[in-house]
Amino acid sequence: MGINLTLAWRNLWRHPRRTGLTLAAIVFSDVLLVWMIALQLGQYDMMIDNTLQSFTGHVQIQAHGYLDNPQMRRTVPDAIELAAHIRQELHNTNSHTEAKINAHVSARAMGFALVSSEKRSYGAQIAGVQPQYEPQVSVIPGLIQQGRYLSGPDREEAVIGSVMARNLKAGIGDELTLLGSGKDGSFAAAVVPIVGIYESGNTELDRQLVQLPLRYFQDVFSMRGSAHSIVVTATSHEQTQNLTARLRNLIHDDNLDVVNWERLQPGLKQAIQADFSTAWLMYGVLVALVAFSVLNTFLMSVLERTREFGIMLALGVTPGKVGRLVWTESFFMAVTGMLFGIAAGAAFTTYFVIHGFSYPGMEELASKFNLPDRFYPALNSVSLLLGPGVIFIATLLAALWPATRIHLLKPVEAMQAV
Amino acid sequence: MTRYSFGTITAMLTVIAWRNVWRNHRRTLIMLGAIAVGVWAMIWLTAIMRGMVDQMITDSIKNLIAHVQIHAPAYRDDPSIANSMPAPSDSLQQALQDPAIQTWSTRVRVPAVISSERESAGVTLVGISPLREREMLFLAGAVTDGRYLQSPRDDGVIIGAKLAERLETRLGWRIVIMSQDPDNDIVDRGFRVVGIFDTEMEATETSYVFTGLQSAQEFLKMGSQVSELAVLTNDYRHEQPIVDKLRDAAPDLEVLPWQEIDKYLATMLNVVEGFVWVWFIVVFIAMSFGLVNTLLMAVFERTREIGLIQALGMKPRLILLQVLIESFFLLSVGLVFGNLLSWLSIIPIQDGWDISALGVEGLEYAGMSTMLYPVVQASDVILSNVVVIVLGLIASLYPAWRAARHVPVEAITRI
Repeated sequence: MGINLTLAWRNLWRHPRRTGLTLAAIVFSDVLLVWMIALQLGQYDMMIDNTLQSFTGHVQIQAHGYLDNPQMRRTVPDAIELAAHIRQELHNTNSHTEAKINAHVSARAMGFALVSSEKRSYGAQIAGVQPQYEPQVSVIPGLIQQGRYLSGPDREEAVIGSVMARNLKAGIGDELTLLGSGKDGSFAAAVVPIVGIYESGNTELDRQLVQLPLRYFQDVFSMRGSAHSIVVTATSHEQTQNLTARLRNLIHDDNLDVVNWERLQPGLKQAIQADFSTAWLMYGVLVALVAFSVLNTFLMSVLERTREFGIMLALGVTPGKVGRLVWTESFFMAVTGMLFGIAAGAAFTTYFVIHGFSYPGMEELASKFNLPDRFYPALNSVSLLLGPGVIFIATLLAALWPATRIHLLKPVEAMQAV
Repeated sequence: MTRYSFGTITAMLTVIAWRNVWRNHRRTLIMLGAIAVGVWAMIWLTAIMRGMVDQMITDSIKNLIAHVQIHAPAYRDDPSIANSMPAPSDSLQQALQDPAIQTWSTRVRVPAVISSERESAGVTLVGISPLREREMLFLAGAVTDGRYLQSPRDDGVIIGAKLAERLETRLGWRIVIMSQDPDNDIVDRGFRVVGIFDTEMEATETSYVFTGLQSAQEFLKMGSQVSELAVLTNDYRHEQPIVDKLRDAAPDLEVLPWQEIDKYLATMLNVVEGFVWVWFIVVFIAMSFGLVNTLLMAVFERTREIGLIQALGMKPRLILLQVLIESFFLLSVGLVFGNLLSWLSIIPIQDGWDISALGVEGLEYAGMSTMLYPVVQASDVILSNVVVIVLGLIASLYPAWRAARHVPVEAITRI
């Protein structure tokens, strides 16, 4: 066996330039794929985490049907108590079977009202939140630009977005009049002072959302202790599945659903899928071009050695054995290419992991999806191995055809070939 | 010794080069395959990308953006009734007669609250002149239930399917719309739902409620004031002259092209321009390794031959030229196949390609439609061919230089 490997390795380097160029083609594509896939995955991670942390959370507990049709009367009863219970249970995981999940829990109620300042009126979403827990599940409390965030669960105060403040021509200390309807269809009205103005950079969010303390919201909108969702956020979206399973075990009410982010934000999941499927088209073309390059190299290497193979066959080496020799050569080529490719890809991508990546115009595109203007590629086993792995397999497949040609050789004719 | 002119020599070299290309037809075919796939990838993928963006822009333009919008200066920052403007002046009307303008229309566009007996929602109330908006707005083709608006006086409303579901209302039922009049007083009025529209984007369905322009003006007590004047030109790529002309005609109003109204769209268009170049270069590099390799092989296996003709008096630069001509043949035949392949793969989908069948989901979220119409731009086809030929010949300089550099005696004695 040792001699075969030695032979194959030496055969490979009979044409150092040709082998070098073919390797270069493999390495070039490997580096490109590692970088592109890492960038893509990094972008998805960021898209998911940024979108979810801004308001949605990773998992929500909602009344059955609220997801499809978010109406006032589809509520979670005794939401504050239920949220406290879940918080307690998730923190108290001491059994040996369940992994500890570091999660934050906060109850929320959503309503709609006509919001008026002295000068202007706009329709807006009104969120009732738990001021002491909301900062752990959403970034909005941390984005207060003026004034302060809500200070207590039943205080009569409101925070609004910067665009809304501008449109209402209202500032800190000004009073807002809310007019809407309560859970039971009754008339809901309140006058609250603005204590804080947040700015998330997402114009829609900054235009449309008013936050009130949850207990005060429940008074105004006749909620009788109920709310619309209990938001649970883990440290990363990768824990979503785990978290969903835990929560399903904790909830024993058939009227309540445990809904994960993929259902809460179907557009997000779909945007990622759409992006991924179009990207595969590009990757496919790159892989095909490398395969052509490798195919040509091995075809040459087999054709130019027709005489040599003829002599080997005449000396009694079986076609299978010669075929294996050629196959081993291509294997060496593929492995060498892959190793260099992974190393170079990792080195190249690491630069961007440290410094980030941006292109002209990215700021506008990124802000639409609530992203920062710089991407950091996710260099992990998937991004590092997927591209080079596919090219490795394509390389081996491309080398199959030349290797099978050996079986067609007739020793005498082959020896006479020039 | 006969001295041949450069032309004759080149002609001879061309014949020799063409025959050399086919000395090893398998290798040549594989290389042609690689070039053809590369060129195909350049042209086809670019056509698809352009098609997607074009579709996106066309859709967005119909989604209340149009090509040019005219507002009161403060309207965009604060789209309320207080920032409305008078109906177009005579000079503006005159400017709007320009033959490059396909159509134009005024709109009322203000925030409002819509309520059924059960639910309320925040929306934008849009008052339109239905006939003038037929080409400019998506609405006429999107009403799936009930009817489109009939005139500016039509006081029925058309709402989105998703909004109807949220409000638990339906065709023929009444809803209440609440908004503000110019004096900051709340106005409300019942409207009958005369139509339900369905679009690919859910956000459009839940955000807009349409009624007749005059009916909206009366409801909001705004007289003949309007919020917006939308203009559709003949070509979204060349709206700038119109913008300039309208700015002159209406100096106290804000005249904006679509690129400034939806910066995301404009950026998308630029990013695609950049992407085309990057993609061409990347494909070319991946392809060039194979090209250089193939030519190197072709040159190496002819070392003796090249040595011999050099010994017989052929000048090195002619050998260089011969290899370059070989490369040119390889590249151009590959290009012919590549262009043919692109043409063949675009013909079946040029009338639209429903990519939802491929399992490509989520396009709606990105503001795209699932029907894809590839857009083949002559400049892309020319660019891809030029990139392949020019860069291909540059890459071939290396093997050609290696061939020309042989020392005759050494080369002949080499086996």
